Amino acid sequence: MAIAEEPTGHVMGHAMKRKEDPRFITGQGRYLDDIVLPRMLYMAIVHSPYAHARIKSIDASAALQLPGVHLVLTGADLDQMGLGWMPTMAGDREMTLAVGKVLYQYQEVAVVLAESRALAEDAAQLVEVEYEPLPVIVDPFESMKPDAPVLREDREQKDNHVFHWEVGDRTATEQLLRSCDVVVRQKVRFQRIHPAPLEPCGCIADFNKATGRLTLYMTSQAPHAHRTVFSMVTGIPEQNIHIISPDVGGGFGNKVPIYPGYVAAIVASLKLGRPVKWVETRTENLTETAFARDYHMEAELGATKDGVVQALKVKTIADHGAFDAAADPSKFPAGLFSICTGSYDFPNAFAEVDAFYTNKTPGGIAYRCSFRVTEASYLIERTMDVLADELGMDPAELRLKNFVPPEKFPYHSALGWTYDSGRYAETLKKALERFDYTKRRQEQDERRRKGELVGIGLSTFTEVVGAGPSQTFDIMGIKMFDSAEIRVHPTGSAIVRAGTRHQGQGHETTWAQIVGEELGLDPQNILVEEGDTDTAPYGLGTYASRSTPTAGAAIAMAARRIREKAQKIAAYLLEVSEEDLEWRDQKFQVRGVPSKAVTMQEIAFAAYTNLPEGMEPGLEATYYYDPPNLTFPNGAYLCQVSIDKGTGEVKVEKFLAVDDCGNVINPMIVEGQIHGGLTEGFAIAFMQEIVYDEDGNHLATNFSDYLVPTAWEAPDWETDRTVTPSPHHPIGAKGVGESPNVGSPAAFVNAVIDALSPLGIRHIDMPLTREKIWRALREHGIEE
Amino acid sequence: MAVSSTQVSVHVKINGQEITKECEVRTLLAYFLREQLGLTGVHVGCDTTSCGACTVLLDGKTAIKSCTVFAPQVDGHELLTVEGLGEADHLHPIQQAFWDCHALQCGYCTPGMELAVLALLQRNPNPTDEEIRFGLSGNLCRCTGYKNIVKAVHQAAEIMNHPSTSQSVTL
Ligand code: FES
Ligand code: FES
Repeated sequence: MAIAEEPTGHVMGHAMKRKEDPRFITGQGRYLDDIVLPRMLYMAIVHSPYAHARIKSIDASAALQLPGVHLVLTGADLDQMGLGWMPTMAGDREMTLAVGKVLYQYQEVAVVLAESRALAEDAAQLVEVEYEPLPVIVDPFESMKPDAPVLREDREQKDNHVFHWEVGDRTATEQLLRSCDVVVRQKVRFQRIHPAPLEPCGCIADFNKATGRLTLYMTSQAPHAHRTVFSMVTGIPEQNIHIISPDVGGGFGNKVPIYPGYVAAIVASLKLGRPVKWVETRTENLTETAFARDYHMEAELGATKDGVVQALKVKTIADHGAFDAAADPSKFPAGLFSICTGSYDFPNAFAEVDAFYTNKTPGGIAYRCSFRVTEASYLIERTMDVLADELGMDPAELRLKNFVPPEKFPYHSALGWTYDSGRYAETLKKALERFDYTKRRQEQDERRRKGELVGIGLSTFTEVVGAGPSQTFDIMGIKMFDSAEIRVHPTGSAIVRAGTRHQGQGHETTWAQIVGEELGLDPQNILVEEGDTDTAPYGLGTYASRSTPTAGAAIAMAARRIREKAQKIAAYLLEVSEEDLEWRDQKFQVRGVPSKAVTMQEIAFAAYTNLPEGMEPGLEATYYYDPPNLTFPNGAYLCQVSIDKGTGEVKVEKFLAVDDCGNVINPMIVEGQIHGGLTEGFAIAFMQEIVYDEDGNHLATNFSDYLVPTAWEAPDWETDRTVTPSPHHPIGAKGVGESPNVGSPAAFVNAVIDALSPLGIRHIDMPLTREKIWRALREHGIEE
Repeated sequence: MAVSSTQVSVHVKINGQEITKECEVRTLLAYFLREQLGLTGVHVGCDTTSCGACTVLLDGKTAIKSCTVFAPQVDGHELLTVEGLGEADHLHPIQQAFWDCHALQCGYCTPGMELAVLALLQRNPNPTDEEIRFGLSGNLCRCTGYKNIVKAVHQAAEIMNHPSTSQSVTL
């Protein structure tokens, strides 16, 4: 077997091959559906064909007559147990199984438990549900009308308004806008999309009546938070819930919320005393689990006539579907949307969001996004281009003119953030140079003269990630710190456990690299374990690019705690005082006498065999890290496209992403994350939308309607970076997983609009499908 | 193929081993492999033959989507799944290349992707970037953005065409 190259000395910053890969490349990963328990039953779901209807009756008798069918549960059954409704992370509540009525198509109405997967599906078909259809609203602009039917009859409030949220100084912003030389207004929609990881969601609920314990194998990005919520919802004492999140086949935010299927499977297992497996089909994944985005935004941006930005005002209508099941920190109903001033030094800004219910799948989750940062970033990057167009200014020049300058960091934004660090101009300049921007602009002119449609787009975004400091960030009251525990074994190997749960991000490698760096141990001998709530310390999980900013920091801090104790042991072993020692070349050395040194491996052995008198044996530490601030990764993305006038097809001719995510733990993994995120951004810009017709029929129920790019469509990616460490993070890292998904849609759209701008086109909403572009070309007199 | 009510007996050679198993006529091959034979490297990611996570090799050369084939249809045939491709202590050059080139993240698409690569390289031992991208367009990956998969295919092709070269390639 080929052994991964073992870096010696510093292990941070090395492209170490992934420790988790051998099991994945040989098919030995253990994903949820691979787990089979004795006497396990299968659960299938009965879905609503209607988007809005009263349930008149449910007849499960035919289903129950099939041999091997054990139980059918309906909303009424759950309601009797006090479980008809469950709290959402956004502080709303949602039906577990439909109680009295359905509010969106494919809503879970009943579940069937049977001996096999196929039998459960067969039986689900036999459950007869009688519905009385009700009027359907799929558009939030209809939903907000005073005479609109009230969808949520369970609420005291008798309209469809979910919340109003605002930030900034409205009056000052409006005043300033009135006095600006130039004001541009742009409506921008971020369409409804879905994270669609390749592995759908699922669980096995295994309640053991004898022990009173519920073991829940679950596709979970946040196992500890889920344990707490399940305990609160079901009343099972928390020590009796054991969640195991096995290998997870991608998450992207999809596996953060608690879905009705999980709760129904738990209830079924409680009732039957047998393990119950539920695994979604792809259709269920796309129709029932939470969507992302669906923001209708409108920006007003004011600037001086030479392009210095003055004020930004944003008004957003958010479509939350039938329940507010957004996965946002409690105090942030619109997530971190207030990052919408982006990388630019706005003296004043104001943003407001009004959310409405519609007869669509609930959600509003953070799909590869730190809570609505993608919407904000797309809006400001798109609007900056509109301003550039209005001023007749090069969009790169406009950005360079308005960046927050390096000397203003830590930078207090008009909407309340304290940006930690960034060298925006430097990052953009590096990108422009590598992209050969000036030359490409010249070529663009030449090609335009020949009648070609060629465009170049930029996006110079700033993200806000790593939620978060506990005074401000909590989910359902649970503070958003994260944790790590390190145990160093006598032979100098170690186990690291964290409250995060990777789904492909490579934690088994990067966490080992952090410990290797901090303790001078070989990362190949460091085992990383996540996803088991019985063994890992409490943490809030992996999403919103928070793992490295929170758990990554906790790991470094726990390692430093170990080093403090190790120094005492080293002093004892070398018979010097602690102060005479220094940590150098990943050993403790006597100052000025490099030959007198002990390695961490020697210290570890001594920690169990040869301790100073009175010292507690062992070498381990736990750390709960409460970040002092968020981190602000940023980047400059450049994209060149050409458009086929005959078909409307866009070709991405070149794409360069220059990211600044602070210090890099493993450049190979960072680059991989960027390739993946760019490809998802490409899909959003050009291919994907969850569409409903006016009757509330979901029109993107599978991968032939909801398109995922293949290797054939996906462009080639070029990447580069600048490194501006986060000043407050123990290893100066910022997090990167989402940057490419947050930053790239604007780069693609800006490039396409730049190509179309000679025709007088200033904006087209995503996804920029061939058909949409083709129509726009025809409307603007291009016939070819 | 002996049919008894809805049960049939299926005889296949899987990863070099002859196997005879009873199953319901309607059993999809993907579930036959996963649930009856425990070959859980075969993954299921969709219900419309779109994702290729379930890809296996039929008769040593054709990549098929096992979610879209009934188990009885492969009666008398030969199959290769990722479990038969190579093991941790004896990796196939394709597996080695996926590891070396960071061509996987969550790993869910990986087994199917590797078998699609094998079929591709058997058809075309020296594919260009374009041919690789087209040849793998039946397999979705949500994580990698494909760039490193393309790189891995080139590495695997190189090693498979020159089997004497060491399997471990420093990049
Ligand atoms: S499971 Fe998706 S193609 Fe077979
Ligand atoms: S590695 Fe996750 S889907 Fe390909």
